[in-house]
Amino acid sequence: MDVQLLTYLFVGGSFALYIGIAIWSRVGSTKEFYVAGGGVSPVANGAATAADWMSAASFISMAGIIAYSGYDASVYLMGWTGGYVLLAMLLAPYLRKFGKFTVPDFIGDRYYSNVARTVAVICVIFVSFTYVAGQMRGTGIVFARFLEVDVDIGVVIGMVIVFFYAVLGGMKGITYTQVAQYCVLIFAFTVPAIFLSIMMTGHVLPQTGFGATLLDAAGNDSGVYLLQRLDQLVTELGFSEYTSGTKSTIDVFFITAALMCGTAGLPHVIVRFFTVPRVRDARVSAGWALFFIAILYTSAPAVGAFARVNLIETVDNTAYQALPDWFHNWENSGLIAWTDKNGDGEVQMAAGDPFSGTPAYTGERGEHGERLLSNAPTDNAGEVYIDRDIIVLANPEIGNLPAWVVALVAAGGVAAALSTAAGLLLVISSAIAHDLLKKQLKPDISEKGELLAARIAAAVAIVIAGYFGINPPGFVAQVVAFAFGLAASSFFPVILMGIFYKRMNKEGAIAGMLVGLIFTFSYIVYFKFIAPEANTAEHWWLGVSPEGIGTLGMIFNFVTALVVSRFTAPPPESIQHIVEDIRVPRGAGGAVDH
Amino acid sequence: MTGKNRQDYWKANIRLIATLLVIWFIASYGFGVLLVEPLNAIHFFGFKLGFWFAQQGAIYIFLVLIVVYAWSMNRLDRGHDVEEQ
Repeated sequence: MDVQLLTYLFVGGSFALYIGIAIWSRVGSTKEFYVAGGGVSPVANGAATAADWMSAASFISMAGIIAYSGYDASVYLMGWTGGYVLLAMLLAPYLRKFGKFTVPDFIGDRYYSNVARTVAVICVIFVSFTYVAGQMRGTGIVFARFLEVDVDIGVVIGMVIVFFYAVLGGMKGITYTQVAQYCVLIFAFTVPAIFLSIMMTGHVLPQTGFGATLLDAAGNDSGVYLLQRLDQLVTELGFSEYTSGTKSTIDVFFITAALMCGTAGLPHVIVRFFTVPRVRDARVSAGWALFFIAILYTSAPAVGAFARVNLIETVDNTAYQALPDWFHNWENSGLIAWTDKNGDGEVQMAAGDPFSGTPAYTGERGEHGERLLSNAPTDNAGEVYIDRDIIVLANPEIGNLPAWVVALVAAGGVAAALSTAAGLLLVISSAIAHDLLKKQLKPDISEKGELLAARIAAAVAIVIAGYFGINPPGFVAQVVAFAFGLAASSFFPVILMGIFYKRMNKEGAIAGMLVGLIFTFSYIVYFKFIAPEANTAEHWWLGVSPEGIGTLGMIFNFVTALVVSRFTAPPPESIQHIVEDIRVPRGAGGAVDH
Repeated sequence: MTGKNRQDYWKANIRLIATLLVIWFIASYGFGVLLVEPLNAIHFFGFKLGFWFAQQGAIYIFLVLIVVYAWSMNRLDRGHDVEEQ
């Protein structure tokens, strides 16, 4: 069967599954809509959290980013997993005991202030929309690459599917579709990784193949370690060593911290821990979530290294016409471009961009059959542009894997994008329906009215997200730093102090949130939008890049909150009792059986 | 439940968290970032040790830390009679 047909079957089949789950898990109460009734098992919640967390970017782009930046990419690997340790020990169990529906709910109640609640709602909406626009776009791109439909149509199909299960099933529908989506995406990621590992090192596990010796063409042990070979290959091409970094230690430190604390402070991740029945389940569930995430996150660096070695050995100094089919196929899709600078008909790789900007094809073919470019070539020896997403997308073809694996990767990419989008949309809709409408504007709204409002808010959020997916604001790629920086500098410190420091009051919390938020926001806006030309290490404050500045914002938040709370009245007695109560597990609210 | 018992429970929890977070810090920021250069001089299978911590080891240690915490807290909950019924 051909790849195209198989891809339609796999993607279509996975959609049928998601819609089936949506119909089975329709909800009738706000508690079910917001937190799935609090009756999700810790293992299911772990898988759902993993799918929620791993976006189209984790699935498609991360291995490629690692393949091209080597040690420097460790910030993502440690940053996006280490946050779960903070969640498990510092936040999740206590928030589960508190037993409300949303993050602004906790902040509003703990700090007895609707101002704090509103600041939190604004942060939630900003962080989540930033993130979700990228996911909708990701869905469209996966469709475009595998099913040859227009990107925009792909976005609309994604919107319809998410609409189905998010609006009908709320958190309950989302949770169980995410469990299914996790299974699809992890299978799609690990199957090519295992094949690649066996092909290159003879090891079944990519995690051990990563540190093993390479096999030569005849399948015999060459005695050369993968990473040794990789360091040698990239340094010969003029790159710095794969296993050493180019970023300054202080910047690596700050970026890792911002990603860790940002992960722990992201509302769509935190809210997943409201859905388990008991406090002890929240702790265990964080462990399951990290276990499920670690399967992908420990394979990805291995995949990156395998693919990089394979790519260099296959492509460098090979005649264009002798290259394997995948090279020409992905050139036709616009992810590869070649310009024969020295006129020898062979493809040369070298450090630095081969030409300025992304490929602009003229529509004509050159003498070897390559697509000609109108980009101005640079003066280095590099001739080939390879989009980083190739590393994951082309793996099945590079490894000569059967067609169904290609189809599986397509279904996995869509699953990763949709699961994250749905989680974010739910957080937006509950912040609006619960924290703005029910808690502030219209407190006497009925249960049914609130549920309807939540559904309408989810539907509107999907339409807005879809609009941004179709008309992506030019800055989408640059604002990822925002989501983590803002979560780290606003939510994380305030929630943490709300649990661990009984004396923290509303004045301290609001001042801290605002200082952290405004500082981080201004720093990122300055370097990303106002003066992008100054975005280099010598201009950064203390040598910290905009990606890592959230850590500094977080420190300012802590300091401001502690100082302000010292000079203002302590929180009322009743609040101090709430804090004492959330510190012990006994008495957590009952669950709804599924 | 007495106030004393609650306080002891909370102190034991804080001690446990502090211990585990020290390990969390050493495994990631210590071995993976600050000490990565000296550790890279040591070879561990086909890896340089610092690089391995940054791209593999830290993640495994994170997972172990959560398991240890969840297990210890279940014991602590029972020991202080504050577990959920």
